Amino acid sequence: MFVLVEMVDTVRIPPWDFHKQLNEAIAEELNKKLANKVVYNVGLCICLYDVTKLDDSYIFPGDGAAHTKVHFRYVVFHPFLDEILTGKIKYCSQEGVHVTMGFFDDILIPPESLQQPAKFDEAEQVWLWEYETDEGAHDLYMDQGEEIRFRVTDEVFVDTSPTGPTAAQSDAPAQAGQSTAPPPPPPPPPPEEGEKKEAPYTLIGTICEPGLGLLSWWNS
Amino acid sequence: MEVKNANSAMLSNYEVFKLLTDLKEQRKDSGKTKHAAGHQNLNTIMYETLKYLSKTPCSRQSPEIVKEFLTTMMPHKLTKAEKLQLLNHRPQTAVEIQLMVEESEERLSEEQIEDLIETVAGILPGDPEQENPASADADMDEGTKET
Repeated sequence: MFVLVEMVDTVRIPPWDFHKQLNEAIAEELNKKLANKVVYNVGLCICLYDVTKLDDSYIFPGDGAAHTKVHFRYVVFHPFLDEILTGKIKYCSQEGVHVTMGFFDDILIPPESLQQPAKFDEAEQVWLWEYETDEGAHDLYMDQGEEIRFRVTDEVFVDTSPTGPTAAQSDAPAQAGQSTAPPPPPPPPPPEEGEKKEAPYTLIGTICEPGLGLLSWWNS
Repeated sequence: MEVKNANSAMLSNYEVFKLLTDLKEQRKDSGKTKHAAGHQNLNTIMYETLKYLSKTPCSRQSPEIVKEFLTTMMPHKLTKAEKLQLLNHRPQTAVEIQLMVEESEERLSEEQIEDLIETVAGILPGDPEQENPASADADMDEGTKET
């Protein structure tokens, strides 16, 4: 579930923190910068593990702060492919079952990866497994808050760095003539109501195997 | 910022749990700094991760237990990832072991799977609440199922 990632960064310690021990000030800055943040193609950063090397600190003209190049290791949440994880069901939607682990929320189990045959109950907004035995069909509901065991099948990293102004102007394509004069600022595309923010890191899971799914299904 | 090695080592849940618990103790002593605006993220992630991990078997483990577990696992010839999953999840049934060990039908006989379940249950401490009432319930359930 967790891995150690070796990173290098330059940490800036402002003058008012010079009274602190350098190691502590650096640990604090690194945790402030990375904790609870997703690094593209790496995972969700949890906390600093240790500092492996500290280069010399420099002070640059115009800035009173000390800049130090730090080699460190960070604890990152990055489950490997096919790993088994346990989480709680957050809610169900047409897209599938959304699972949360408390510290990490963006886990989706798409409908095709549910135990088949699966059906979506519109009234209660919940997915259910139509489990057939010799005695007849049972509908096993996947209720909110239930603990669920799933296997990681895929991960999706989305680069959510801010985009430049060119993104807004792409709405006015065939206006080559106006390229010299700054075009009257095109009205920014009206943000849709509840404009969706993309999750920077999403896990796709499956429960289509014996032993996977709600824990209550398999605990005798 | 540069990532030198995105996968330098795998950590067991116990190691992360210990690290976070120690960090929490350390920050408790330092007093008011943890309330500063920049620390909100660290506080949130520490709290949530500790909450999650404290409900898993890793909260009852210790370095000696982990060492004993790994030494006992050596003859079974499991991969690092498989041993890590067994350590983190403490499977109690054959179905769970089959999930975590790849191609378990080919690599492990039924006896070996039973053996694994016993080793895991014996070396890794379980949830004390779950284990005592569970034995009484299991007897009751079996009675009703057979009818």
